[in-house]
Amino acid sequence: MSLLTAYPEIAASVPLLTEDLPAADFSDTPWWLSLIKSSMLFTYVMISVVLVIWFERRVIGQMQQRPGPNRIGPLGILQTAADGIKLFFKEDVTPKGADKLMFYAAPLIVASLAFVSFAIIPMGGDVEMFGHTTPLQLTDTPVAVLLVLAVAGVSAYGFVLAGWSSGSTYPLLGGLRSTAQVISYEIAMGLSLVAVFLYAGSMSTSQIVEAQQQSTVLGIPLWYVVPLFFSFVVYVITMIGETNRLPFDLAEGEGELGGGFHTEYSSMKFGMFFLGEYINMFTVSALATTLFMGGWHAPWPLNVVFDGALDQGWWGLLWFTLKMWSFIFFYVWVRGSLPRVRYDQFMALGWKILIPLSLVWVVAVMLIRSAQEGYFGDGRWVTVLTLGGIGVFVLAGILVWDRYAQRRLAAREEAREVPEEIDPFADGYPVPPMPGQRLVEPQPAVEQARPVTVPAGPTDGDDSTSPNDDDKERRG
Amino acid sequence: MDYHPYLPVVFFLFFGLLFAFGSVFGGALLGRTTYNRAKAEAYECGIQPTPQAHEGGRVPVKYYLTAMLFIVFDVEVLFLYPFAVAFDQVGLFSVLAMLLFLVVVSVPFVYEWSRGGLEWD
Repeated sequence: MSLLTAYPEIAASVPLLTEDLPAADFSDTPWWLSLIKSSMLFTYVMISVVLVIWFERRVIGQMQQRPGPNRIGPLGILQTAADGIKLFFKEDVTPKGADKLMFYAAPLIVASLAFVSFAIIPMGGDVEMFGHTTPLQLTDTPVAVLLVLAVAGVSAYGFVLAGWSSGSTYPLLGGLRSTAQVISYEIAMGLSLVAVFLYAGSMSTSQIVEAQQQSTVLGIPLWYVVPLFFSFVVYVITMIGETNRLPFDLAEGEGELGGGFHTEYSSMKFGMFFLGEYINMFTVSALATTLFMGGWHAPWPLNVVFDGALDQGWWGLLWFTLKMWSFIFFYVWVRGSLPRVRYDQFMALGWKILIPLSLVWVVAVMLIRSAQEGYFGDGRWVTVLTLGGIGVFVLAGILVWDRYAQRRLAAREEAREVPEEIDPFADGYPVPPMPGQRLVEPQPAVEQARPVTVPAGPTDGDDSTSPNDDDKERRG
Repeated sequence: MDYHPYLPVVFFLFFGLLFAFGSVFGGALLGRTTYNRAKAEAYECGIQPTPQAHEGGRVPVKYYLTAMLFIVFDVEVLFLYPFAVAFDQVGLFSVLAMLLFLVVVSVPFVYEWSRGGLEWD
């Protein structure tokens, strides 16, 4: 922002009023063309999913210094197809305690809704198709991004219903965790999007892409990842949380919950959850591309060479796909690098760090935009600096308060009486020691006369073959 | 026929439903089916399944607390969206009003935080 305020002539070239942003034009798109475009988009998404499962396993393999799947097809690329065919012929088990209707409905909800969000993602410029000019985007509405959030909200039903209807403990816990996780991170995600809407002045995806292309600095399109970097970081963290991916895959943490909400699912019903997870990865990556990375437009030098020939029509699909896949690679990279977090840490990150900081950030963006719009008069430098100062102050206040709260919590923890020694068998069954506690040493026979402080419990008189002789003697 | 923005979404959802139904019921038809009493039990690493919520089992109440907090904040975020979209037309008054709104929403958040409502023990 300082660049813009320092050079008024540049600032003047930045269109802040976005009411006449060109939106995608669907006036020449008959309904049958929409149907054909739907089938093409469906094919695109399916091919992407089939590729990404193979891609993830290969990349993870390389990161772990092993080849990954490399037998079926060239470089193992047909591995996913083989897995899918195998899943089709697997036995479809419905557990005894399951609620049949919901047990079938859950995978249907997850898989069918996962596709929907892609309908509003712009993937390229206008192209000729069957004699009609139509944008490479299935549809666009004034509230397009809201559609994505709504669909994500409804998909959460799929997960919680899957967990509940299985009639089993681990899935129930996994479903609850998944819902709590999705809704907690959806707030921070929603707040990070507010900043984008503040800048673009629109919720239509094609208009947001255009707004990014039109706000230029020295002729270079200023994608929102630059001015809204903090929002971008929050979005990337929350998108991993929303899609249940490592390091936030607590809803299906196999070390804690069996398999999480899909423990009881088998055959293609499990396949639907698997597929839904990967499509959701693509959806959030596509949205990140659209909102923060300039959408389908070519990166800077390429969008001006050859009179912008590389920045229109079908070329958009290439840039869009490359950008989306770089997010996918990031997903895989994170999975290959980070271990799973603990659940309380995960919730604390969402509620105590991401949400308060996002709120402060939204207020900051709001004030910066007000200064740009001239709501505070003409002294833009002064207002921005003052507001920046206030923002830093508030941020510091939150951090200090959090530090204080943490310390108070630690003090309370420390004040709790913890006896220094513990007899792990005092109550008849083994109890692990608390941190800092010592186990009672087995006493040598001469000190047996020491008064016994714990009730002896049931006497095990005839238990002379017990290997735990020390313990028995001391208690007896 | 005029272009309707949600018609393509319906088409696309149709493809998704077709695929999902085909896969789920196709998989159920193609896979073999054998009955086994142990297999029909809930999976719990081989031990007797613990009771479910509707049979007297229990679910941590923390999740309900999270859900209630979510509703407060989700509504807050939804109020921010129309404000953000119409930002260049609404002027300084709405900025101040929105600031006041955010402060009012933050008060219960701070209260809940200080009462330990955000701790997972």
